[in-house]
Amino acid sequence: MATRTPTRVPQKSPPSSFFQQPIHPGSAISANDFSVHEIRRILESSDALEKENPFRRADRLARRRVALLFYESSTRTRTSFELAAKGLGADTTLVSSLSSSIEKGESLKDTGITLKALGAECIILRSPYSGAPYLLAQTTGLPILNAGDGMAEHPSQALLDLRTILQFLEIPANKVSEKSLRGVTISIVGDILHSRVARSNALMLPKLGAKVILCGPPALLPETAAAIGPGIIIERDFETALRQSKIVMMLRIQAERLSGLEINLDDYRSRYQANSDRIAAHAPKALIMHPGPIIRGMEITADVADGPQSAIAQQVHNGVPIRMALLVRALVGAKKVGRR
Amino acid sequence: MTPKPILIRNGRLIDPAAGLDAPRDLLLRDGKVAAIENPGKIKAPGADVIEAKSLIVAPGLIDIHVHLREPGQGYKETIATGTAAAAAGGFTTVCAMPNTIPVNDTPEITRWMQSSDRGASIRVFPIAAATRGSLGEALTDYAALKEAGAIAVTDDGRPILGDDIMLESLRAAVKLGLPVIQHAEDTRLTGGCSMNAGPLAFRLGLRGMPIEAESGLVERDIALLKQIPNAHLHVAHLSTAKALDAVRNARNQGLHVTCEVTPHHFALTEDRIGHYDTNAKMNPPLRAESDRVAMIEGLLDGTIDAIATDHAPHAAHEKEQEFDRAPNGITGLETALGLAIRILHVQHNMPLAKVLALLTARPAQALGLKGKGSLAPGAPADIVLFDPAEKWLFRAAASRSKSKNSPFGGWELQGRVRLTISEGRIAYHRA
Repeated sequence: MATRTPTRVPQKSPPSSFFQQPIHPGSAISANDFSVHEIRRILESSDALEKENPFRRADRLARRRVALLFYESSTRTRTSFELAAKGLGADTTLVSSLSSSIEKGESLKDTGITLKALGAECIILRSPYSGAPYLLAQTTGLPILNAGDGMAEHPSQALLDLRTILQFLEIPANKVSEKSLRGVTISIVGDILHSRVARSNALMLPKLGAKVILCGPPALLPETAAAIGPGIIIERDFETALRQSKIVMMLRIQAERLSGLEINLDDYRSRYQANSDRIAAHAPKALIMHPGPIIRGMEITADVADGPQSAIAQQVHNGVPIRMALLVRALVGAKKVGRR
Repeated sequence: MTPKPILIRNGRLIDPAAGLDAPRDLLLRDGKVAAIENPGKIKAPGADVIEAKSLIVAPGLIDIHVHLREPGQGYKETIATGTAAAAAGGFTTVCAMPNTIPVNDTPEITRWMQSSDRGASIRVFPIAAATRGSLGEALTDYAALKEAGAIAVTDDGRPILGDDIMLESLRAAVKLGLPVIQHAEDTRLTGGCSMNAGPLAFRLGLRGMPIEAESGLVERDIALLKQIPNAHLHVAHLSTAKALDAVRNARNQGLHVTCEVTPHHFALTEDRIGHYDTNAKMNPPLRAESDRVAMIEGLLDGTIDAIATDHAPHAAHEKEQEFDRAPNGITGLETALGLAIRILHVQHNMPLAKVLALLTARPAQALGLKGKGSLAPGAPADIVLFDPAEKWLFRAAASRSKSKNSPFGGWELQGRVRLTISEGRIAYHRA
């Protein structure tokens, strides 16, 4: 039989390296980070910043350092964050997974610490991993703007979508309240399961009184989806959803996240495609939105995407003022943007 | 050198195996229990005297499911640090899972783990791999592994999915009286999943493991068990009401099925994940409240045989990653007793003797650990002394484990270990 010596362990252990900093209040990680009051502030701020003289605007974040950390490809979000930061006078740097030490296996934490050491005061993060912005926020202490994390959230997209909806309904930012979208039904259609845009919108829009319909086949829209927040229902039939909706958001099928799930695309098109016949018959006055990238001929046809009801270009346009407002909130504070 | 005899006096002795709960003095000599008598009856000049007034004296706790990480991953834990943590938690026996590097699929590794060179402060019983490399293809040599000291076989985190190989395993094990332990997860249904399936997984944008991935495999294993008379299936870390029902039914049909549940599955639900806290990521995942309640019912009604921690240490840099990338598992050896008393005894009125049975006699019986889990004279001198009323704050940073990945940091626990004696030697003593 083995003999064993009693182990004496020192009473004092080294501190855990699992040290977490509080999440910076200027962060925008989830649509649930914003109260209605804050949503109104951000929308008002985006209006003021958009109208402002570009030379004065470029003073607001002059020489402040903003890092864009992108672990996934992006056109609209990255460009509009970058233009927003530059428009405010900030210095920006882009770190993407294909041209950095991320390729060599550097962790998100170490990348964040490195950017902070280089003077970054705010990090805009896109990650294929749900929840990654919380990790970056807790390990750097910096304000983190979530430019999309996995399947989880895309809050700046929800804000720019909201700005687009309010413009369509002619509701000014200073009138935004819990009741602004009362009586307004908004359908979000397609691959809800894999969509961070759907989640952020479904969390944000009911705060202003909207009714949200999630619409899609069971494989892409589990029954549990309706439980993520108040004011959300599920409707499997696209045309039934269309008939109730003032706003229709179409989503792309995220082939890169299907993970073995098999979708019959012909069947999907026949049931869920936004084409001109269907829109003319069931939602002739609705605003048609899409966060992009669009796959023409798949979830939406070219004539609808380019047609008079489409808000796709307006959504993209609204990206810059919304992201300017988020950057000012992150780096200056939540005070009302006004004269200095 | 044999240690001096130890006299433990004026304690409240609870020995669930003997049905004893009374004031008793206890004499330990030559690594064994020498005498148990009414207070004041034992005269033992020369013995070290330990005053146990207001303390409970019980058989050392037994954890039938731990990961000690040796050989191969000493940066997470070693047998020395893992057993030091175990001793601090009141354990005197742990059963070590075979998912080491390399996998414990040989008598050599099984013996290496038990060598005195490992510096274990308590008894370690290896559980060997059921198939070579835990690849699910060819059986290991069960007779040789048993001879080397293995007390059961399992492929743990790489469950045996093939019907034929599972049948082969049960058939080979029954001949030697070994249990086959299954981590019940149909991994064909859980690819890319990092938490429990349901509304919260949807909300967090994480892929969820369905209940059926656990219950389906338990049901499959029970169906196979019916084909092999007397074979023994032990279900590791049960986490769902549905799988528990399957075990209950099998038991009612007279099949030899035993099972364990972890403290975290009766203490926590998936809500603990919060902002993607990787210290709430483990496999099986934390489930919904209804499943947590079912685990407590299963413990209360006796369906569940044992509380086992699934102690799974990971280095900070591994846990400090994106949720999907972080490894599964939490440490558990130092919090098990305090959680069991707080939740089962204080909140659910389970008698202390019954709580202790789930941590001593019943796990010993479930895995056939002869002589362990009782205080009969002649039994190994494996003892824990603890104050059942003392409330204390658990600090993960102060853990004796090499790793600090616990979701219970800052929790107030009840019942604090004062002294742990393993085969007559003091393995842990809190002054």
